[in-house]
Amino acid sequence: MSIGHTLLGLLESGPRHGYDLKRAFDEKFGHDKPLHYGQVYSTMSRLLKNGLVEVDGVEAGGGPERKRYAITEAGITDVQTWLATPEKPEPYLSSTLYTKVVLALLTGRDAGDLLDTQRAEHLRMMRMLTERKRKGDLADQLICDHALFHLEADLRWLELTAARLDKLAKAVTSA
Amino acid sequence: MTAPAGSLLSAQDLRKAYGPTNALDGAHFSIHPGEVVAVMGPSGSGKSTLLHCLAGIVPPDSGVITYNGRELSAMSDGERSALRRSDFGFVFQFGQLVPELSCVENVALPLRLNGAKRKEAERTALTWMERLEVDDLAKKRPGEVSGGQGQRVAVARSLVTSPRVLFADEPTGALDSLNGERVMQLLTDAARSTNAAVVLVTHEARVAAYSDREIVVRDGKSRDMEPVL
Repeated sequence: MSIGHTLLGLLESGPRHGYDLKRAFDEKFGHDKPLHYGQVYSTMSRLLKNGLVEVDGVEAGGGPERKRYAITEAGITDVQTWLATPEKPEPYLSSTLYTKVVLALLTGRDAGDLLDTQRAEHLRMMRMLTERKRKGDLADQLICDHALFHLEADLRWLELTAARLDKLAKAVTSA
Repeated sequence: MTAPAGSLLSAQDLRKAYGPTNALDGAHFSIHPGEVVAVMGPSGSGKSTLLHCLAGIVPPDSGVITYNGRELSAMSDGERSALRRSDFGFVFQFGQLVPELSCVENVALPLRLNGAKRKEAERTALTWMERLEVDDLAKKRPGEVSGGQGQRVAVARSLVTSPRVLFADEPTGALDSLNGERVMQLLTDAARSTNAAVVLVTHEARVAAYSDREIVVRDGKSRDMEPVL
């Protein structure tokens, strides 16, 4: 999962301190793997250097942790591009896809659109594997089948998530 | 509204309501000869209604369906029925074969209904059964063959008139993975060899992977998914 894009997405709803960002990230996406402070500050200084965020204010007595960050126009474009670009289909994508869906809902973007784009990318890969299977020997068929079943599992998750978008939108925006 | 260039069958802005339920709410579709298009979407999204409208089985409340340059709504019921017999083939999930007839008689049935002589119809039927690898079941009745075999017989029957469009509604829905895949492989191979267009309604991704592209139907609206390259 891209921590930089996720933090940028969280900033779209308004400027935040590094500490607030970490807390919001852990609440929504951290689950059993919360961010270290060091990760937050190193990520923010990279985003700052690349012009994707700017310092919105520094509180008195402040070391680096007291900086308040705001997303720039370039940052919003970067989030948009990340959300609109489908992930390369590979096993265990769910945490990245989940993050993208939640961020799309949080920032008022079309999460259904994102899921449809991802589905098309998965199906494109499945078509390639199916074609390889048609022409291949038994070993090829078994290898392709293994990949196809994994991709199918992802797709079922995409379908189920699409069917639950309204519920998920309520849950994430009320949290 | 005009049909997309080169399309064999197309639909623009289809709407169809059953009572208060909008089964189709502005759906679009187009397919070219030799193309396999998967129609995907959750249960109740309007996939089957779209197929029934495209095949002229159910008239839409509004919208335009064009087949081979002619609007379906401009045809009489008789003309639409004739079109279904001559140009369209159908495969459904189950319950398609006539139990009292042998498998070869089932496959030959569409030809017989179009006036072909029995011997000639059964000879053609047998060549299709060979392509679907079920010619050894010719004399058996549907009740004596497995689900996968029966479905291959049904596919042979749907192709026996060399239709220009094959409508397949969840054709592997009642089969296990291995049989489902074999049916899809044989069905798409046979359709491609005759340049037939296939409208494939499915909610299974591994079945849709046999298509050239997919459209997604959700809440009666369709979305054409262009592959991301």
